Amino acid sequence: MSIRAVAREAYREALPALGASVVGGLFAGVVLGGMRSELQQVPGLLVLVPALLATRGNVYGSLGARLATGLHQGLLEPRIDLGNERLRGAVAAAITNGLFVSVFAATAAYVLLALLGEAAAPLPTLVAVSLLAGLLSGITLTVAVVSVVFVGFRRGQNPDTLVGPIVTTTGDVFGMAFLLLAARIVLFLGGV
Amino acid sequence: MLPLLLALSLVELGSGLVLGSFEDELLRRPSLLVLVPVTIGTAGNLGSILAARLSTAVHLGTVTFSPEDDTLVGNAVATAGLAVSVFPVVGLGAWALTELTVGATLAPTRVVLVAACSGAVLAVLAIAVTLLTTYAAYRLGLDPDDVVIPVVTNTCDVLGVLVLFGVVLVVL
Repeated sequence: MSIRAVAREAYREALPALGASVVGGLFAGVVLGGMRSELQQVPGLLVLVPALLATRGNVYGSLGARLATGLHQGLLEPRIDLGNERLRGAVAAAITNGLFVSVFAATAAYVLLALLGEAAAPLPTLVAVSLLAGLLSGITLTVAVVSVVFVGFRRGQNPDTLVGPIVTTTGDVFGMAFLLLAARIVLFLGGV
Repeated sequence: MLPLLLALSLVELGSGLVLGSFEDELLRRPSLLVLVPVTIGTAGNLGSILAARLSTAVHLGTVTFSPEDDTLVGNAVATAGLAVSVFPVVGLGAWALTELTVGATLAPTRVVLVAACSGAVLAVLAIAVTLLTTYAAYRLGLDPDDVVIPVVTNTCDVLGVLVLFGVVLVVL
């Protein structure tokens, strides 16, 4: 194939997925733009945003890839059956990793900000917001990834091509929305 | 998996610190705040789409790392084309959504300019990072599927914030 033909095919194939993630990213941005007062009340929260969004993508993207491989190899049935050890194991590993990395990122952000002499909210506040947001978005992303991969596979689509756009789009939107919700809940409970 | 996740989250915290350093500017100009997740995400996606296509081509043996290789150059051209065509729309979308929600303080042309310049710079960087990482994985005998996509996505995330920051400094 000529360079032109390769480029045209690659462009056409990638545009829908990229478009979906742009829409998701813009909505995530609207949430971020609307949480300016929370960002001011919890100094250090903005520093955590890229790490938390990326963790959603990394953890649940890998969950999707694992499920897709299991389906391709015939080791997994496209049915939501929590008695299935392989499915339960993959989901449990994803949620545990997601929560662990969220707490780690919050702690590391706190330490880095302290070392740099920058303002940061108390460590329990940052960890609580990060953990709660990780839990809420983890549950939502698990449901989204499992159902889209299974339904897509049953309808004869390649789950590998569904995982990327689903995770980036829902990950950005729900990741930000639950970060805002978690910040509001923690601020409310903390009586701020 | 977990050590890689922890290392990547530290890398992402680096870009978070850059964001934190211009927090005042972002809070004053919400259009720029709205641009942050979409710029990071789109930069990472451009890299990961190219990386996924090149990884498959490496597995299939249909690509060579030469500047005359049609698959290599064609995919790189497509990535640049995607960036150049998508980012101005991103800028316009960010301005419109900001105006509709919290009220934009920047003119739409400014936001489109910031997004378009960031997109053009990011396209070049995403292509360079992806080619280097895929080539390194190939030479080291690592499976590009396992290594390249997380490394490229997260590197491009960080570059997304740095480039946005740089463009804002230059343009505004």
